[in-house]
Amino acid sequence: MLDILSRIFVKENTNSKDIARERLRLVLIHDRSMVSPDLLNSLKEDLIRVIKEYMEIEEESWLVNLESDEDSVALVANIPVRGFKRAVND
Amino acid sequence: MKSRVLVITSGKGGVGKTTTTANLGTALAMMGKKVVLLDTDIGLRNLDVVMGLENRIVFDVVDVVNGNCRLKQALIRDKRFEKLSLLPAAQTKDKTAVSPHQMKNLTNELREDFDYILVDCPAGIEQGFRNAISGADNAIIVATPEVSSVRDADRIIGLLEAAGLNNSQLIINRLRAKMVKCGDMMNIEDIIDILSIDLLGVVPEDESIVVSTNRGEPAVMENYSRAGEAYRRISRRIMGEDIPLNSLEEENSIVNKFKKILRLAK
Repeated sequence: MLDILSRIFVKENTNSKDIARERLRLVLIHDRSMVSPDLLNSLKEDLIRVIKEYMEIEEESWLVNLESDEDSVALVANIPVRGFKRAVND
Repeated sequence: MKSRVLVITSGKGGVGKTTTTANLGTALAMMGKKVVLLDTDIGLRNLDVVMGLENRIVFDVVDVVNGNCRLKQALIRDKRFEKLSLLPAAQTKDKTAVSPHQMKNLTNELREDFDYILVDCPAGIEQGFRNAISGADNAIIVATPEVSSVRDADRIIGLLEAAGLNNSQLIINRLRAKMVKCGDMMNIEDIIDILSIDLLGVVPEDESIVVSTNRGEPAVMENYSRAGEAYRRISRRIMGEDIPLNSLEEENSIVNKFKKILRLAK
């Protein structure tokens, strides 16, 4: 009895096609942007190097990620700035 | 009429490229078009057995390309449909035996004699794929309602676009209406949404495909085959007829018809 109930309950809660669709959506974001974790890391290192020439940043706490909307992908970087270097504006 | 070269491709293997090529080609020939089926899966040819023409092979596509025989000598005329021919792949060579350039020349030569040239593409994205698409005007992508198949289809669409083949169309194969209804299989909208590509048609899962493949007689020859009917409708769309999607083709089961009648009776 409990088994039947739980089976009905579980089935209503998790449509496996919704799981499939969501997994597919996520895997395609990465496939389409062609960005491997390695590539993302080396991009991150390059960004740090360039940005450090202009300002002081917290290297430990920053995030670089690919974020996706319905049908677009954005490279989002959140980089806490500690301070600016002098003479940047000249 | 200007001839068309259509490549049937999928990325993933086992989703029904060869079955689709055989059925669409046969259906187009049954409707009076001159059709040639070109098997480009060199080393793993199968279109010949699906068509039931395996015993009539003398020369193959590699022989033609290498000049061992003339094109007309390698073409197998299907005795059941006078307008249908097959150019088989070689079984003993591999995909590098033919180049994309040679394949393009071959399809151009076939254009002179045929209305439709259907190219059966091998699985994968390597040279066999590049060979198959090199002479194509348009691509038909076959996918089943599974994560792996749709993912590969997405990759293929990208590669086709990079090669200048836009406006590809999708055939969703082996759809199970019952499972879609239970929410245990992705539906047509899910797949179209994800791939953002035009839908050419939907073929239901159908045991008659196994039977027809056993016999070497494409399912479109069988009036009562549901998959055969779906392929006949798709081939009419290819010819430019406006065939509606038959309430999404999968909801056409007898049970549903019965339900509709009951609803009307109320």
